[in-house]
Amino acid sequence: MSKIIVVTSGKGGVGKTTSSASLATGLAQRGYKTAVIDFDVGLRNLDLIMGCERRVVYDFVNVINGDATLKQALIKDKRVPDLSILPASQTRDKQALTQEGVQQVLEGVKELGYDYVVCDSPAGIEQGALMAMYFADEAVVVTNPEVSSVRDSDRILGILQSKSRRAEEGQDPVREHLLITRYDANRVNTGDMLALDDILEILAIPLLGVIPESETVLTASNAGAPIILEEKAAAGLAYADAVARFLGEERPYRFLGNNKKGFFRKLFG
Amino acid sequence: MSTAPKETTGPFELKGEMSLLSVLRLLDVEPRRIASALAAKVKQSPALFRNVPVVIDLGALPQDGAAPDFPHLVTTLREHGLIPVGVRHGPRAMQDLAEMAGLAILPASSPRRMPRQEQERSGKAEEPSAARSQRHSQLVDKPVRSGQQIYAADGDLVLVAPASPGSELLAAGCIHVYGALRGRALAGVNGDTLARIFCFSLEAELVAIAGRYQLIEDIDPELRNRPVQIRLDGDQLVTSPL
Repeated sequence: MSKIIVVTSGKGGVGKTTSSASLATGLAQRGYKTAVIDFDVGLRNLDLIMGCERRVVYDFVNVINGDATLKQALIKDKRVPDLSILPASQTRDKQALTQEGVQQVLEGVKELGYDYVVCDSPAGIEQGALMAMYFADEAVVVTNPEVSSVRDSDRILGILQSKSRRAEEGQDPVREHLLITRYDANRVNTGDMLALDDILEILAIPLLGVIPESETVLTASNAGAPIILEEKAAAGLAYADAVARFLGEERPYRFLGNNKKGFFRKLFG
Repeated sequence: MSTAPKETTGPFELKGEMSLLSVLRLLDVEPRRIASALAAKVKQSPALFRNVPVVIDLGALPQDGAAPDFPHLVTTLREHGLIPVGVRHGPRAMQDLAEMAGLAILPASSPRRMPRQEQERSGKAEEPSAARSQRHSQLVDKPVRSGQQIYAADGDLVLVAPASPGSELLAAGCIHVYGALRGRALAGVNGDTLARIFCFSLEAELVAIAGRYQLIEDIDPELRNRPVQIRLDGDQLVTSPL
C-alpha cells in the first residue's frame, strides 16, 4: 500500500520544500520507492533543491493535461536509486491543478509501485495547497518557532481535518506530524523564539522532529543537494532522525540544547 | 386515542388502546435525501427497524412548503423494513395528500399544538417548554483549530480538548472547555442569559454571554491562565476562579 504524505505549513518560507526534499530522500535511502511532487505550480523550486533543474523536460501540469506520460515526466534522482521527482510547471498557475487531474497522477504514481508519494505543498490555503493535501494519508506540518507560523499551522491542521478526502469521506483522519524547522536554541533562551513546549501545547500533535537552524541548509539548497545527504551536518542528522521516527523508530531528540559554542569549546571540542 | 365501546359479540373486539409508536419527524421532503439518510440509519442497527410501525410527523416542515411525495415515501419506508401507519401534525392540505396515499391522520399530541387550557386540563406532566426538551449538547474531542468554528445550535458545547487562538466556539447554552480556551467563546447566542462558560485555562481572545462580551484585556490578569467560570450578572460578565 502506497502512502501519500503532504508536507504543508500555511506560511511561506518555513522550509516545506527543504523538508520535502530531505524526507523523500531519507525514505528512499531506507529502500522505499519514493516520489516527491512539487505542487507549487508557477513558483517551482523543488527541482532546484533536488539538483535536477537541468533535467526537467515535462512537468506535473503536462501530465495532468495528457501532454506527457507520468514515466516521461518523473525524473530519477542520480544519487539515491529509489527516488523520483515530479517537478511543477513554471509557466502555469495553480488553477491548472484540478482535483481529477491530481487524483489521476497520484493513482498513476501508486500504480508504478511507489511506496511513498511526498507532496510538497505551496504556501497559503488556496487551490494548490488544498490539492496537495486533499488526497493525503499523512501530513507533515512544518512550523518555525514563531507565533505567526504556529498560528498558520494550526489553521492548516483545521483544514486537514475538514477538507481532506479522508475527512469528507469519513475515513480515519489524516495522521498528523509536527516538524519544527529553523529551531535556534539561543534565540529560544533569549525569548526571541517560541520554546518547543509552547508550540507543542498549542498544536497538540506528535512531534516528528526538530531541525536546528543552520547555514549548511542554505548551502546545501544552493548546491542542489538535500541536506539529509550531509551526514555531518546537524540539520541533516535531524532529518534522518525524523525519517526514522516517521517509520516508527524511537530516536532521542538531539539538537535541542544550547548549541552556541564558546571560544574554548570550539578549540577543544 | 379515543375509547370505543366494547363489542361483546361478533368475530372481533374493538378496543381503544395506546401503543408506543416510533415517530419519523420529517425535516426535508427531498426523496433521495430521505432515502439515503434512512439507509444509513437502518444500516447502523437493522434489527431495530424490522417491521416497526412508524408515524410520519409533518410538524417540522414549512407550512406552505412542498408536501412529501407520500406514495414514494411509503415505498421507501417499506423497503427499509418500516411500516408507515399514519401522519400527524402538518397543514391540512398535506394531511389530505397523506390520506390519499392510504395513511391515517393521527391526532396531534404535542403540548405546543394544544390550546393552553386543554393542556392544563389534561394534567399531564409535560416538559416546561418544547425548546428545552429539544436541547442537544454537542461534544467535541479534537482540538478546535484557528479558523474553525463550532456551533452548538441547540444546547451546550462540551470540548474535551483545547481551543486554539483564532477559533470560535458558539453555543445556545453553556460552553465547557476541558482544556485551554484560547479563541473566542460565545455562550447563550440566542439570548440565554443563564448560559455560562467554563474552562480549564482562560486564555481566550474574547468571551461573550447572550451578546455581552469582554476582551481578554478587560479580564483581571490574576484570572488568566487558570480554571474559571464566566457568568452574566445583570449586564456584567463576571469571571470567577473554579
